[in-house]
Amino acid sequence: MLFTNLFQYSFVLRGLEAGVIVALIAPLIGIFLVLRRYSLIADTLSHVSLAGLAIGSLIGINPVLTALGATLLASLGIERLRTTKKIYGESALAIFLSGSLALAVVLLSMAHGFSTNLLNYLFGSIVTVTNGDVITIAILAIIVIALLIAFYKELVYITFDEEAARVSGIPTRFINTLLILLSAMTVSLSIPIVGVLLISALIVFPVITALQFKKGLKTTIIYAEIISIISVLIGIVASFYLNLAAGGVIVLVMVIIFSMTLLFQKFLSSL
Amino acid sequence: MIHTETVLEARDIHFSYGENTVLKGVTLAVQKGDYLGIVGPNGAGKTTLLKIMLGLMAPSQGTIAWFGNDIHQFKDWPKIGYVPQKATNFDGHFPATVYEVALMGRYGRRGLFHLTTSDDKNQAQKALEHVGMWELKDRLISDLSGGQQQRVFIARALAIEPEIIFLDEPTVGIDQQAKNDFYALLRKLNHELGKTLVLISHDIEMVTREVDHIACVDRELVCYSTPEEFLKNTRFTGVHEGEVQVIVHGHQH
Repeated sequence: MLFTNLFQYSFVLRGLEAGVIVALIAPLIGIFLVLRRYSLIADTLSHVSLAGLAIGSLIGINPVLTALGATLLASLGIERLRTTKKIYGESALAIFLSGSLALAVVLLSMAHGFSTNLLNYLFGSIVTVTNGDVITIAILAIIVIALLIAFYKELVYITFDEEAARVSGIPTRFINTLLILLSAMTVSLSIPIVGVLLISALIVFPVITALQFKKGLKTTIIYAEIISIISVLIGIVASFYLNLAAGGVIVLVMVIIFSMTLLFQKFLSSL
Repeated sequence: MIHTETVLEARDIHFSYGENTVLKGVTLAVQKGDYLGIVGPNGAGKTTLLKIMLGLMAPSQGTIAWFGNDIHQFKDWPKIGYVPQKATNFDGHFPATVYEVALMGRYGRRGLFHLTTSDDKNQAQKALEHVGMWELKDRLISDLSGGQQQRVFIARALAIEPEIIFLDEPTVGIDQQAKNDFYALLRKLNHELGKTLVLISHDIEMVTREVDHIACVDRELVCYSTPEEFLKNTRFTGVHEGEVQVIVHGHQH
């Protein structure tokens, strides 16, 4: 009975489709970002995407596409600043984070304040997910997964030991750039579901939870996937019945799973 | 052992960080089958020289040739195995099993767009068997002792099926027994598998017992000789901050 009710609404179905796609992709990128101590890149790119969304809203183009363009450009800029080592890596992130937030605020004030639509982009909502969004997300997801499979071994080796990877002939600069471009795409495609402010949680939480189990890389990725998909499904269903913001519920579920895992591991090690 | 083919040739290598000269005119060749120890005090430029040889850093002056090809034209990197200094390169919390680490050695050889094959898995297994770590293949790398971890890193370098293996201070932080076992393993790689070895270490006592040739680097190439000649021409001046200080009397170029 419960689920027939849920699926009567086509927007719930769209939300679930988009949510599961995002849940699949986020930990695949997250594992490399977390292990390379790049977690903050996701946060930075999500703020950049807000500026992209504002541009899209202003000029009347699908905001997800302008957000994608903005994050792709910014990711290349961040990587360039990081590799030329003219400034500290974290400062490069700070420049892009606050700079793009400032741009977003200015653009939004030009558009005379926050529209409801933009609030949804900030916090995520399955109600606003359109058919077009689902298609855009699905296409981006296929590209991200295909590239991740194609360059999986190079990404793994660079993440574990960049120098040894370089000596063995792996084009490290290319792979690093690829990773940050894929991060930008993942951030953009996650916006409609979890919202700009919570994307980095989606990318980081399942991975750091899976890492608590102290398994090998493949097993860790599988655990992160399971945690991510369960959290997104629970979050979307709960947000529907309780009429809450989907992004917030999803991330709270992730926080609960993470805390339970920590307590469980502590309990195990005290035995 | 008679060495004929030149594997690596470094010619007149200079390197400086701003005003600070790290390397000054180092010329050094490694022959096929050689077991070369590069020794010298901390901060003498050993690791910098190694990184220049491996193409990780560019020298301010001088040339590197691999198997007769200039390093810029050289493409056959899977001929070279590299075991980096563990302390600076290894994240102790990285979630990888022993087997996953060994398999990484195959990743460079396989090339872009290729998935790992059963041949890669066989080579990774063979490499782990060579270093005596196959039984621990499912353990996390971070759960192993320092000596065991180094064996896994050797296996990773072996899995690539290299002709030459570079090792940067491989025995730092491991106990004496593990050190002895480790050097026995290197001897086996050199004698039985015919791998050319270049070993950077400040453990002069151990190195002189093991290698075919010794190169002393202290910004310049201070000496290059067999261990016997090296011992004849140098005297130990004691241990200073954990490091054996050596004074070289005669230059043996």
